[in-house]
Amino acid sequence: MEYITITTGFLIILAGLWAIMTRKNIIRIIIGFSLFDTGIHVVMVSMAYVKGGVAPILDKKELLTDTANKIVDPVPQALVLTAIVIGLGVTALMLAYAMRLHQEKKSLDIESFKDLKW
Amino acid sequence: MKKLLVLFILAALVGVLYPLYESFDGNTELSEVARFYAKSENVQKVNSQNLVTAVVVTYRGLDTLGEVTILFLTAAIIAFFLKKESEKRTLRKNSEIFKTASKLLIPIITMLGIYIFINGHLTPGGGFQGGAVIASAVILMFLAFPNMEFSHKFFESLESVSGLVYVGLAAFGAILGLGFLDNAILPLGKFGQLFSAGAIPVIYSFVGLKVGAELSNILNKFKSVQADN
Repeated sequence: MEYITITTGFLIILAGLWAIMTRKNIIRIIIGFSLFDTGIHVVMVSMAYVKGGVAPILDKKELLTDTANKIVDPVPQALVLTAIVIGLGVTALMLAYAMRLHQEKKSLDIESFKDLKW
Repeated sequence: MKKLLVLFILAALVGVLYPLYESFDGNTELSEVARFYAKSENVQKVNSQNLVTAVVVTYRGLDTLGEVTILFLTAAIIAFFLKKESEKRTLRKNSEIFKTASKLLIPIITMLGIYIFINGHLTPGGGFQGGAVIASAVILMFLAFPNMEFSHKFFESLESVSGLVYVGLAAFGAILGLGFLDNAILPLGKFGQLFSAGAIPVIYSFVGLKVGAELSNILNKFKSVQADN
């Protein structure tokens, strides 16, 4: 069961990398980066899974005793929360750059930006 | 040739990731750090029902402060990059259904966002999620009423005040001798109630306001540079 999420995560990472390397439209490249991010988050959360564990929210009485054997690991979940916010910031920044590039050349095709290519 | 290179890089990544996949066989017990967080006396010390929130705001609070700083930096860089141009935009008139529905939905979405960040220590959610939901209400507002005045000053001062209160609360713990970002500066309350977990709901509310204001500012910047080409 726990293999499903980790496999999905790795597949999303590969799909993101493929999109980054082969797409020509800048927006699609940004979507690729976003996918790469999401895949890593899915892998991190699935690594934190403990067999038979529930979410680390102690809203039932029976969870309060012997907590450590009943919940999944909260630390990678907290790390992923951080990573999602950073990913959002990076995506916003990339979109801002894309808008500036479009203002300069009126095109979003990566092939039309050759100024720094030698 | 290029396609082969792409395939080669993908295969190399698979090669790097495969050992990770191979060695993964599902944990049967918690790691040592998580065991420490789940210990009964430590749960009582923080008194937060949601352990993830306890980790994010208290144990790894400094990390969250850095995260908020990075988001602020992003907003600052975007404000620097996207300067408002005086070009005119021609906008299609929005349909009456869309306008009326968004008038109904915007307050409800904002309220949901506030609910999410106030209950961050009890249920899944917290400042960042609640702030993002509030920003989604702002996006709906931009789409439905594109000509509405956006008070840039208000959102910026809300963001700065929330950030300062967050750092102030964090430093207050250090002044009281409890430690930077300790949540015991306020009474811990009864476990599982809204007023529990000490300063966590207060800190997370201000984080939520800050994130919401910041994302709204970024969205406004994206909106204001668009012009007819």
